[in-house]
Amino acid sequence: MDLLNIGGKSFSSRFILGSGKFSLEITKAVIEQGGAQIATLALRRANAGGKENILDYIPKGITLLPNTSGARNALEAVRIARLARELGCGDFVKIEVINDSKYLFPDNAETIKATEILAKEGFVVMPYMFPDLIDARRLRDAGAASIMPLGAPIGSNKGLLTRDFIKILIDEIALPIIVDAGIGKPSQACEAMELGAAAVMANTAIATAKDARLMAAAFKSAIEAGRTAYLAGFGRVLEQSAEASSPLTGFLE
Amino acid sequence: MLVNGQEKTLGSEATVKDFLESEGYKLHRVVVEKNGVIVPKKNFETEKLFETDKVEIIWFVGGG
Repeated sequence: MDLLNIGGKSFSSRFILGSGKFSLEITKAVIEQGGAQIATLALRRANAGGKENILDYIPKGITLLPNTSGARNALEAVRIARLARELGCGDFVKIEVINDSKYLFPDNAETIKATEILAKEGFVVMPYMFPDLIDARRLRDAGAASIMPLGAPIGSNKGLLTRDFIKILIDEIALPIIVDAGIGKPSQACEAMELGAAAVMANTAIATAKDARLMAAAFKSAIEAGRTAYLAGFGRVLEQSAEASSPLTGFLE
Repeated sequence: MLVNGQEKTLGSEATVKDFLESEGYKLHRVVVEKNGVIVPKKNFETEKLFETDKVEIIWFVGGG
């Protein structure tokens, strides 16, 4: 069976769903329609009175992937990761260190520092990064369990703008490469999977669709199709000629 | 006491557990930081709160 293995767990789904921007009421349906087995979460101050907690809306059996959103440097990310683990929902953490307020690009250098600290503390570290090969190697060496390069700025729905650089990471880094951020359409998710990405994470593309449940289902199909095509291996491309698909013998007289 | 940025008055001596329950929180859904240090869940029943403490009560929300 074709499974995604991260941090000692195996997943048959290669769709990671970001849980932001949804009403709590549809969160469960979106996860189910997308067939996601991993969902990201953020940490924030609790609502007064303990009302409306997202964990009451996430189906059982989903692996939670807390992010460190809000962190502007490595130490803030480490603090958030430790708080997340204290909630008792596992050791997975998506490192997200952002101090650029216009494009929300991740700070690779601080992300590497946080990865090193948290990997030593036993976290399953999944760093969000700008797709740079040298920094991806540093993340790998720091103990990352996967690498999560961005396709385009967070929430932009602009697609796989960094396609060629992500392909380099896929070819050169022997860790699951999970395309995160910017993917706006199922076709773009499919393309990432065709390239050999191990998984795709999406949030805004689903949350801003007219029908989030239906879009989650579309992403599920696209990611599965892309993965199957990658495993099948693509046929060759003829640049400046053609080749008949039908036999060139036995023509009718 | 400063809780999530809001002034709160402790009526009487309270542990973290007492305070969380009086505020309506489920203990397994929150993590607590007291003066910048995480209070491990196993210490909720023994860790005392004082008027001078700065407390953060954190939980999961939706996020990408």
